[in-house]
Parts: sequence; structure tokens; C-alpha cells
Amino acid sequence: MTVGTDEETAQTPVVSLRHVRKVYAGGTGAPGSAGRRRVALEDITFDVARGEFVCVVGPSGAGKSTLLRCLAGLMPPTSGEALFEGEPLRSVPAGIGVVFQDYGRSLFPWLTVSRNVDLPLRVRGIPRTARADRVTEVLASVGLADAARQYPWQLSGGMQQRVAIARALAYRPDLLLMDEPFASVDAQTRFELEDLILRVRDSFEVTVVFVTHDIDEAIYLADRIVVLSRSPGVVSEIVNITLPRPRDQIATKGDEAFARYREHLLGLVMAR
Amino acid sequence: MWLFAALAAIWWVWSAGSRSVYFPPLKSILRVLWRQWVTGPARTELASSLEHLLAGYLLAAVIGIGAGALLWSLRHVREATSPYLYFLYVLPAPVLVPAAMTLFGIGFTMKVVIIAFAAVWPALLNTLDGMRGVDLVKLDTSRVLGLSRTRHVLQVVLPAAMPQIVAGLRNSLQVSIILMVVSEWVASTGGIGDYMRNAQESFDYLGLWSGIIVIAVIGTLANLLFVVLENRVLHWHYGARIVEGAR
Repeated sequence: MTVGTDEETAQTPVVSLRHVRKVYAGGTGAPGSAGRRRVALEDITFDVARGEFVCVVGPSGAGKSTLLRCLAGLMPPTSGEALFEGEPLRSVPAGIGVVFQDYGRSLFPWLTVSRNVDLPLRVRGIPRTARADRVTEVLASVGLADAARQYPWQLSGGMQQRVAIARALAYRPDLLLMDEPFASVDAQTRFELEDLILRVRDSFEVTVVFVTHDIDEAIYLADRIVVLSRSPGVVSEIVNITLPRPRDQIATKGDEAFARYREHLLGLVMAR
Repeated sequence: MWLFAALAAIWWVWSAGSRSVYFPPLKSILRVLWRQWVTGPARTELASSLEHLLAGYLLAAVIGIGAGALLWSLRHVREATSPYLYFLYVLPAPVLVPAAMTLFGIGFTMKVVIIAFAAVWPALLNTLDGMRGVDLVKLDTSRVLGLSRTRHVLQVVLPAAMPQIVAGLRNSLQVSIILMVVSEWVASTGGIGDYMRNAQESFDYLGLWSGIIVIAVIGTLANLLFVVLENRVLHWHYGARIVEGAR
């Protein structure tokens, strides 16, 4: 890793969006949709610095998932620029990890947990013994040391999402993108996973962009929150969250400042 | 299993005193079955039928999966050929037997070609369909993890499509057994079909009945073997489905 060794690298934002606009062309095959264009993102501009935890919130239909797909290099913007470490994104770079909302669809059910995690390491040509160590280490860091030989579908939803997180972290990405990763687990599990992601983010020194519709979750996790407004998606405000770290489910969420952030953000998200 | 035993017992008892040449006693049928197919001369017919079946089916499976995967990857070829594929698919293979006989003679090759031609379609079309229907999240995941094209196809698309490919292969197996009998029946150079046509022409109803039972047994055993292999290949699929059902 080159973190901090080079002045210039340290100052290059991990992610940089410049006037990103995304328009979905109509006529997707559905009758009557011909020629109807839908603007999903409009003039989105912001940077994410190395080590930052940025949450993106907004009402549904605000283009959150579209934004994440552009950030991942899965989809090119219609106009504007999406840069990863200073380079325009043309495909998914090796230094980006992505965790999708639907772990059941993202994990490969024909592979065991350890083989799921191992796959991106094989792709990168890492020697076998190093891979085995890496898999053990990353599974332990998400609390799944004992589940290595099981299949994902044998695990609970929360544990499956841990597998997906482990797989995304296994190849030590510089940037971790998460698309509403905890939206399909119960509240208790969600809190555990929130704390887990804060922990691994520290130990893996990874920059995180985290999309969610849950304002409390965003405030709890983030250094900064990018608020998207109702479609067409524009950035209505970027809010700095200065709550002290390490954060704590009870103390942080009971903080007066937390309540003030909540009120402010709710106002932004609900605004028409 | 108890139902099978009960039905066989009813048949046995009910047919025991039969004097009809068309519906001989089960006991006599089984005696002929033993003398002809197990210890007697019809063993060679059985063996050549199984050779036709195995060669034709394996050829259909390999070509079906291979061509299905190829068409999946070449969109333009797929769009250009798809009307012709369906045209060939709906053509009943038995009508091709005479043409195949002029092209390939009446021997082993002709039978294998006919079986393979008829059985290739379920395998091919299910492979194509299964590969096209892979979950978009899995395709995105594959890109995110950085899989090369080869790995993407072999380690994501094919396994994800495997339940449907296997369903196609099962269908192909049934078609193969039908065409095995039909091609032998017409070409009269050996095989169970040939044996049965001879039996029919010489009013040997015991032989005819024994042939029916042999074909039924072959079909059942082939299916059983298929299920065993299927459960090995798709254990993750059925495991996941059971878990889903329980939730």
C-alpha cells in the first residue's frame, strides 16, 4: 500500500465525481416506454478522500443505486466523469470491492463459504498457501471462522451478508462500495453488522461509500453524508458528521447531536 | 414400491389362467424374458441397443451443451439461426430415419446420428435458455470480482444455469430411448427394436411382451442413474431449495 508515502497519492481523492449525469434511454422493450427517457442522476459532484466513510442517503427513486453502479464502474455515466484514484472508470478496477443488498443473489450457492471468499483471490493469481491464510484471516475478522466449510444457504441472512463482506475485503480493496447492504436483515442483526463494518473498516484501512435509505444508520456510520433529493437525483446537501469515534449503538444514538443531525437530514430527505 | 409390487401381483394372478395369445400369462412372459434376454441370444440385441443409446445420448449432450453455450456467446449467430433451430426442433425425428438411412446406411452410425439429432434439442435449448437467464446480480458480482471471460463462463454462468441444463439433459435421455427403439425397428440390423419387429412379424407375442418389459427396465434404470448423478451435481441447488422452503 502506498498510503501516506507519497504526498500526491495521499491527496488524490479515492473517488471523484465531476458533473455526473445518468439518463436511462427509453424503449427498454416494455410497450409504451419507447422514447421515454428517465433522468436518474443530474450533475452529481463530490469527492471521497482516502480513509473516509461516506454515506449516500435519499428517498427511493433518488438514484442511489445508479450512483453506486457508476462508482463501481459497472455502468458509465451519460456525461461527466467518475474517477477512481484519478483514473476514469471504464470497467470495475481490481481495487474496488462491492457488497450488494441481496446477498442471496450475490453469493454463489454452488461454492462453500471459503471458496466464495477464495474466488477473487484465485482470479488475482495469489499462490495457494497465501490464499488459504487470507481466507482464514478475513473470515475470522467477520466472525465466521467456523463457517468456512458450509454453504452460504446453510447460514442465516446476517451471516450470509458477512460472507459477502469477507469476499469483498479478501483482496484488500482500496474502496468498498455497499448498496443498502443491511436492508434485508432484522434490526438486531443490522446493529451488529453496522458495528462490524466500522471495525473492519479500521483494520483493513478501507475507504467506504455506503448507500442506505436509513438516516439513523447513515449518521451512525458516516464521516460525511451525501443527501440526494427526489428524482431527478441531485445532491441537495453534504452533511459533515462530527460525532466522536469509536461510536456506540446506545451512547452515540442517544447523543443530542445525533438527534439534531437526524432532524436536519429528515427535513432534507422529506423535502419535495 | 408397494404399489408396483401390488400391480405386478395383480397382473400375475389375473393373467395366470389366460389362454389368449395376445395377453399371455406374466409367468410365461418372464420365462421368455429370462431365456431370451438374460441367458439367451437376445443378449446381443440388448448390448447393441445400449451401445446405440449411450453413444447417441452422449453425443447429444456434448453437442447440445457446447452449441448452446456457443450460441449464448455469439448474439448475432443466435439471432440469425434461431428460427431455423426451432424449425428443426419441431421436426419429428422419426421422419428423418429414411433420409438418414440413405446417408448413413442402416448400421451403428445411422442409429447414433438419429438418436443424437433428436436428443440434442432439449439439451441445446435448455442450455441456451439457462445461460441467458442467469441472475443479473450474479453477473455484476462476477464483474466486480474481476473474473476473466473463461472463468466467468465456467465458474459463474454454467453453474448458475446448471439446474436448467440438467432438466434439458433429462428430457434428452427420454427422447434418446424412444429414438433408440424407433431407429432399430426401421433399420432391422439388431437391437431391441429389431428383435421386437421380428417378434411382431412372426406372431411371437411372448417375445413382444418381453421386449416391452426390457425397454421399461432400461428406461427406469437410466432414469435412476440420472437422478443419482443429478443429486451429486446439483446437491447445492436442492439443498438451497429445501432451506428456502423451510424459511
